[in-house]
Amino acid sequence: MRFIREPLIALLCLLGLFLAGAGPAHAGPYEDALTGFTGDSYSDTAAAIDAVAASGHPLAATVIGALQERRLHFSAAAKKVFYADKAGTLHDAATGQPAAGEPPADLAMVRVNNRLRRSIDAALGSLTLMSPDAWRRYEAAQAVFKSRDEAALPALDQAIAKETDAGVKRALEQAWASIVLNQAGASAADKLTAVQLIRERGDQDAVGILSALPAEAAQPVRKAAEDAIAAIKGELALWEVAQNLWYGLSLGSVLLLAAIGLAITFGVMGVINMAHGEMVMLGAYTTFAVQEVIRTHNPALFGYSLAIAIPLAFLVAGIVGIAIERCVIRFLYGRPLETLLATWGLSLMLQQAVRSIFGPTNREVGAPSWMSGAFQIGHLNITYNRLWIIVFALLVFALLLALLRYTRLGLEMRAVTQNRPMAAAMGIRTNRIDALTFGLGSGIAGIAGVALSQIDNVSPNLGQGYIIDSFMVVVFGGVGNLWGTLLGAFSLGIANKFLEPYAGAVLGKIAILVLIILFIQKRPRGLFALKGRAVES
Amino acid sequence: MMNEIYLYVRRLLVCACVLAVFTAQSAFGADTIKVGILHSLSGTMAISETTLKDVMLMLIEDQNKKGGLLGKKLEPVVVDPASNWPLFAEKARELISKDKVSAVFGCWTSVSRKSVLPVFKELNSILFYPVQYEGEESERNVFYTGAAPNQQAIPAVDYLMKEEKVQRWVLAGTDYVYPRTTNKILEAYLKAKGVAASDIMINSTPFGHSDWQTIVAEIKKFGSAGKKTAVVSTINGDANVPFYKELGNQGVKATDIPVVAFSVGEEELAGLDTKPLLGHLAAWNYFQSIKDTSNDAFIKQWHAFTKNPKRVTNDPMEAHYIGFKMWVKAVEKVKSTDPDKVIAALPGIEAPNLTGGMSKMLPNHHITKPVFIGEVRADGQFDVVWKTPGLVPGDAWSDFLPGSKDLTGDWVKLKCGNYNTATKKCGGSG
Repeated sequence: MRFIREPLIALLCLLGLFLAGAGPAHAGPYEDALTGFTGDSYSDTAAAIDAVAASGHPLAATVIGALQERRLHFSAAAKKVFYADKAGTLHDAATGQPAAGEPPADLAMVRVNNRLRRSIDAALGSLTLMSPDAWRRYEAAQAVFKSRDEAALPALDQAIAKETDAGVKRALEQAWASIVLNQAGASAADKLTAVQLIRERGDQDAVGILSALPAEAAQPVRKAAEDAIAAIKGELALWEVAQNLWYGLSLGSVLLLAAIGLAITFGVMGVINMAHGEMVMLGAYTTFAVQEVIRTHNPALFGYSLAIAIPLAFLVAGIVGIAIERCVIRFLYGRPLETLLATWGLSLMLQQAVRSIFGPTNREVGAPSWMSGAFQIGHLNITYNRLWIIVFALLVFALLLALLRYTRLGLEMRAVTQNRPMAAAMGIRTNRIDALTFGLGSGIAGIAGVALSQIDNVSPNLGQGYIIDSFMVVVFGGVGNLWGTLLGAFSLGIANKFLEPYAGAVLGKIAILVLIILFIQKRPRGLFALKGRAVES
Repeated sequence: MMNEIYLYVRRLLVCACVLAVFTAQSAFGADTIKVGILHSLSGTMAISETTLKDVMLMLIEDQNKKGGLLGKKLEPVVVDPASNWPLFAEKARELISKDKVSAVFGCWTSVSRKSVLPVFKELNSILFYPVQYEGEESERNVFYTGAAPNQQAIPAVDYLMKEEKVQRWVLAGTDYVYPRTTNKILEAYLKAKGVAASDIMINSTPFGHSDWQTIVAEIKKFGSAGKKTAVVSTINGDANVPFYKELGNQGVKATDIPVVAFSVGEEELAGLDTKPLLGHLAAWNYFQSIKDTSNDAFIKQWHAFTKNPKRVTNDPMEAHYIGFKMWVKAVEKVKSTDPDKVIAALPGIEAPNLTGGMSKMLPNHHITKPVFIGEVRADGQFDVVWKTPGLVPGDAWSDFLPGSKDLTGDWVKLKCGNYNTATKKCGGSG
């Protein structure tokens, strides 16, 4: 693909960026190229992108930008191309003027596929290398780095000479290096500089560029490239340990969220609650319902939807929990087998109820913008949603701990679970405390559902996937000890993530289960065994 | 929201009424032809199978409006095997021996099909199986209207190789029989095409896997070897949403590493924010977005039947559509619902598919289908970017596995599902 043959043309394109929308109409290659978009065929569109980019017309960047953002339309009958601006107004692509009169009846969007998207990125990359906006220049440099298009070299040379921002300059130089390495005619000295520049980049893309070095490259260049690959791989291996640790923390936080409610109902109260996963599911469906209401009534609030869902999910799951405790579980205290069967039956009923009300298919829970995407620390890739879930899990843990430690309700809960007759003798209504404790555990599971809706399917089966893991965490950490649950969740998460790259996801999970079985053999009461009177009961 | 709840309630009521009418009918008329519907309406597989039950009810209702079959009304018998494999066999037995159904449309997972197989052989009935599967089977009592691997996986890989110039392959799948066999076939196929073993990465994950961080990072690493890389995904339904979310979050774009999926269709995308998925691919024999008069009519009918203009259609639904039409034609041809006669009549029967072609039942009990590659659009539908020039005949036994390349299924001339062309014997590779 060739876009820009002369720097002069490149300059013209840039002018176009500033003048976009007011460009004068020339009859010429640009107008001819535009008709390519009206064919509704991928190969015509590909040719049109190349021709428009090469035409140097002031509107070229605007039109290709519109194509990228799916705002480019065509009318096959009138053989005309239109682009919609950000506000949605149609403009004639040939002149840049707003389209007069009614839009044509057969107006359709220009379709693109992956191959075209790559051409678009490459074309836009070379067209926007000198955009006034530093971020766009940086993006353009990245696009050229990926496309490795030789035709962009002159524009790149110019851009590097003019660049003042150090970060953008580095990106531009790396783009230059990636092209030079692939170029047949480049001098060995240039290639060595290029290897050095790519070496400084030091990430996996750099390894990719270096290992794709053409076989006919001179010996010293190849040697330098191999050394650079080895060095980068060495560094990346270290980063990988950090990355695994991060993944482990993230998995651990999910396990903690799922298990922390169970740590109350099973850990503190001793109820084997198989319907725990369904409380998580109810929380996730509450999130869905909240987002649905917000979408239809007040879309502006969408960014806050999760914050609104948290208290509601707590209430919904908590109330269902209290109802379950009052109607079923209170008759079964001290009969673990019956409780297990009854709660398991309840879990099936809750699943089927949700299936009948909301349908068996997955429901879409959107992510607010502050939870999408990722950022880099060195070569550590951290996704926002995982980061927030870790923060959230720790926050919930801290709140729960504070509640048990510093509030009257917490005091009474501890009193009832430690010595029921004595607590009753002191005037605590143990029945009420039982219901509230179970409601608290269930409510916290509901809160976990809000977080899990961000990373998992919101379907009636959501809870099933977490129930085994939750029990594993609570038993491993030591029944009745919140700190044990915290430590258990994170150690299981990290162990899992360090095993996974070697053993694979399936074997990794099996290995973890075997380890837990061995551990429980050695320490039947988990990491933190309760001591004292509670043990005997 | 309220509107939607109202719709659900109304749908429930309609279902209840329909069922009530049918039970009332069965009390009166012995003069109906019964059709069994064996799809899970509860449990994990309900997510996929409930839709197929609905589409069968719609097809039967439509046939009854046209006057039924052989002058009799068709009567659907719906049972719920509850995603429980042994229960599938039990319910199949109940349908055939107690309800005396003439044919059964059902099953989704391969394990459920394997579970009911002995029942259908023993009681000599007919099963129409509508889902893409791993192949390696051709039974007298089963008609496979979904895709065999050569009708989905192999064309998809060909597309990536030719159009996207892919040289490195990640075969990612859930850990059960369909992905494992498909990946084995694909691995053998890729190696036959000259792909080095070091350029193939096979990855299995448990059912419902939800933490994809490590695997997506590994795919990224595998894809940075300087060669164009693609992921061929046989990841099962529920695990897909977190997988695609993680791809989006870690910034893996379709332009860098495209993912072509064999289990992700319109229905699965309905629960997903599709923005991070733009440009990822799926290979099917049908897409809702395909413009064809029969497809338009089908979608319209589906929306009217479900009273929900947002309900999507998908590939297994089309498979049931084709299978049902074929069964109706075969019954009309022999003027009987006797299983032996219908089984003998079905091979050679042609029925229109929804993409403008004519599918034909083959002697190996598979059908001919076109193969489409679609790219995910922002609205959860697919843009067809490629299709096979004609219809592809389904191949029961893969040519790329050592154990099955000599086998062939032919119930017309050879009367054998696993005839060995090397030893000239019926009875598999042994």
